[in-house]
Amino acid sequence: MDDTIITLSPLERKIILLLKYPFNEIIEKSGLDNVSVFHALKYLANKGIIELDVKKSKLIDLGTNGIIYAKNNLPERNLLDLLATKNIIRLEDAKKESRLSDNEFKVALGVLKSKAMIELKEGRIKLIASKEEIVKKTLEEQLIEKLKNKEIYLDELSLEQSSAFNSLIKRKDILKLKEEKNIEFSLTNHGKAIIKNIEKSNQDLIEALTPEIIKSGIWQKKKFRHYDVKSNVPAIYGGKRHFVNEAIDFTKKIWLEMGFKEMQGPILTTSFWNFDALFTPQDHPAREMHDTFFIKETEGKLPERELVLKIKQAHEKGINGSKGWGYEWSEKEAKKILLRTHTTVLSIQTLAKLKELPAKYFAIGKVFRNETIDWKHAFEFYQTEGIVVDKDVNFRHLLGYLQEFYKKMGFLKIKFVPTFFAFTEPSVEIQIFHPKRKEWLELGGA
Amino acid sequence: MANLKINKQEFEKYIKLTPQIIEKINLFGTPIEKLSDNEIEIEILPNRPDMLSMYGFLRSFESLIGKPSLNEYKISKPKKEYFIEIDPSVAKIRPYTACAIAKNISFDDEKIKEIIDLQGKLHATLGRKRKKVAIGIYPLDKIKLPIKYEARSPHKIKFMPLDYERELNALEILKMHPTGKEYAHLLEGYDKFPLFVDSADKILSMPPIINSNETGKITINTKDVFIECTGFDFNILKKTLNIIVATLADMNKDSEMFSMELRYKNGKEITPDFKTEKISVSLERINKLIGIDIKEDELKRLLLKMGHDYRDREAIIAPWRIDILHEVDIIEDVAIAYGYENFTPIIPNISTIGEESKKEILKRKISDLLVGLGFLETSSYSLTNIHEMKKTGLKNNPIEIEESKSEYNMLRENLLVSSMKILSNNIDAEYPQNIFEIGTIFKKQNSSIEESDSLVVSLCPSNFTKAKQILEYLGKMLNLSFSLEVEKHPSFVEGRTASILLNNKKIGNLGEINPLVLKNWHMKMPVASFEINLEERYKLLNNQ
Repeated sequence: MDDTIITLSPLERKIILLLKYPFNEIIEKSGLDNVSVFHALKYLANKGIIELDVKKSKLIDLGTNGIIYAKNNLPERNLLDLLATKNIIRLEDAKKESRLSDNEFKVALGVLKSKAMIELKEGRIKLIASKEEIVKKTLEEQLIEKLKNKEIYLDELSLEQSSAFNSLIKRKDILKLKEEKNIEFSLTNHGKAIIKNIEKSNQDLIEALTPEIIKSGIWQKKKFRHYDVKSNVPAIYGGKRHFVNEAIDFTKKIWLEMGFKEMQGPILTTSFWNFDALFTPQDHPAREMHDTFFIKETEGKLPERELVLKIKQAHEKGINGSKGWGYEWSEKEAKKILLRTHTTVLSIQTLAKLKELPAKYFAIGKVFRNETIDWKHAFEFYQTEGIVVDKDVNFRHLLGYLQEFYKKMGFLKIKFVPTFFAFTEPSVEIQIFHPKRKEWLELGGA
Repeated sequence: MANLKINKQEFEKYIKLTPQIIEKINLFGTPIEKLSDNEIEIEILPNRPDMLSMYGFLRSFESLIGKPSLNEYKISKPKKEYFIEIDPSVAKIRPYTACAIAKNISFDDEKIKEIIDLQGKLHATLGRKRKKVAIGIYPLDKIKLPIKYEARSPHKIKFMPLDYERELNALEILKMHPTGKEYAHLLEGYDKFPLFVDSADKILSMPPIINSNETGKITINTKDVFIECTGFDFNILKKTLNIIVATLADMNKDSEMFSMELRYKNGKEITPDFKTEKISVSLERINKLIGIDIKEDELKRLLLKMGHDYRDREAIIAPWRIDILHEVDIIEDVAIAYGYENFTPIIPNISTIGEESKKEILKRKISDLLVGLGFLETSSYSLTNIHEMKKTGLKNNPIEIEESKSEYNMLRENLLVSSMKILSNNIDAEYPQNIFEIGTIFKKQNSSIEESDSLVVSLCPSNFTKAKQILEYLGKMLNLSFSLEVEKHPSFVEGRTASILLNNKKIGNLGEINPLVLKNWHMKMPVASFEINLEERYKLLNNQ
């Protein structure tokens, strides 16, 4: 018992003495707010002093539109009144004369049709309800009438009211539901014993430990109030890196471990570097605005003349034993500025100025494609790639580095499949086995 | 990239789809995208338009797995009237054509569908939507040979186009016929349009737009056909024609192919050309490049698997292959025939030192400092739009993208826009929200665009003092002495805005965000923010 008493906070001590009163009076007498009292009761319940019984019940009240309709009638009543004088009426006339909004008119028509009071035929509304039916108040109207005077508990609705409630709650702001908490509690035997002893108990406990208490040494003479070590504390959120950048750092570490050097370069580049230098013919579909982001009203600069002429020749007639694509290469097309579509721009720029062998380079960077955004597409994403340059490197070495890279990425089961890129030969696609989906997924090209 | 859909029953007449065969198809670089009870869908890469039909695919795949190929292709010499007279009038419009005659095909519905499908796929891919290559196929019995390829004035051209119920003149076709409208741009600006005309002066077609309904429509009664391809690159046309002719030959074993003579004013050509093209290859280079050790007879065997042949250090290229431009293309084919799965990956003995970019090291240091202060890093798109800029109070002349499929069509000029957007998207989340981002921004400088890395830090709820504290902390940790000067900026509150200077050069702003900007972004919490351009700091890296 004393074990419990020593854990009581000043607030709980205050409430414990008021437990003979109902919840509302405790609030009044303690001068505390609703929430604090409720929390204190919860703590007391946790400590086995009281049994707490919280009943939640739902209360129906009129919504904003409900209040208006209670005064001015429901839209279906307005339409019905109009029909009572006309019997048959064209839809657009009915709408005009009933002075209902588009939405209200639609709802009114729907309601009356479902009650079989009207028929719709060839753009006209025909009244088919009898006089008595028209005069009689609908269940919905009866419910609204009731609610005008006082709120009703949801579980106290009659069968008829229930059906009216179900149709009205679907309509906009006619009804609203409020939640009401009914709090009841009773003292346990343990609680009763504590109340008996609490007055006599030592009330002079140390609450928060302050610099004064430490300095004065009072703590040696007094007892500390015991805390409930299990009670919840508010959550806090620390700073952290963005997960994409964490993944980039992870990937970068792999390249660095394998002895690769980082390449960097601008996102904006010319078609020359992004496409032409990579042997992508100028009429290739990827070079259309449909696929690539070109920048308006700009023109880029081409690199040194000698290189430009070589590229031109590679496309037109071919160089180093190639036949070329056989078309007239345009400098203007090559000068277009775009947001790079792959990091291979960086590889080719590195290769163009490379002087010393062997060399190993990698890049991680943003690339862009003209795409709509959905769960599996974005117009902007990251790519990573590496190049190894030496006199005697071959296809098996390429596969060796790929295997190692994927292993370090965590993909142990991979396979190599032929594919096509304008700028690599032989080309290979890397597929990884997805252990959960049990299927092979394309995850890279080389 | 195009997908090839094949009727499964038809396919299995040639090859049974066992699990081993399915795996083999995948490893051939032609992944099976879908496989149902009736259909098999295969992805065909853009370098292999010759495989855009079932027969084309089988032609290559059967030789890969060692089945004898479907057909020996024999092309007979042209008969007397099998020639096309090419008038100089087409020279500046659509100068070249390649033609052939195929006899005894005996079309049925399935074959008609197959050949039209192939024609459509070749138009879309290799033909670059008919610009580069347009293909026409005609029932021979409706044509009076020989044929002429010439250009005439549009108002002198009149015929009933395919699937149309009356005659139209050339201009009407481009305006009214659905296919005419789709491809009208290909004849834009020409005062004469190209035509194929037979010797009775009947118009067969107006390439690259449409055939005549009378002489240019294949039906189940068609046995013999005339085939033409037109365009600007004779070499591509010849290859395209070869793909069509080989496919027609595969369709019927009893068919007979004839070449045609193309008579130019000053010379002639004969197509189709199945006299195979050669390219010299070196066994040594092959072995060196792909890291294997094969002998000449093995090389010949591998090349045969890929539909080529080998003789005296030369590869003889399959006549329908358009993608063999260089020896390396042959080497790739050798690797595919060898089987990628049969290569043992190895890491070579290459000693190099790994090195991370100094900029990246600095960026990570800044990020770590801010994370240490409890900031959350964000990462956002480099593209924005005029609404987002206006909401943030920016109205500088934006850098626009030619065409964007999404609502984002401009390059961001600062990161504040991105920062505001993220805070605005999270107004229902818990506060405080202290965020930062390092990213690329773009600024117009005369006719060029300057690209730089920038850092934005935004605190919410917050004020000038707190933002300045963060800036000063960063300055201290990065060994930079920033100074602040009063500034006016539409994104910030007047009197609580500063420009940030480093070595007397303005590198950014700091301040409390203007309530108007907050309101535009539906924010109710005060935000203080600063942004600095990192390029000035990068300059110091080179001295370190």
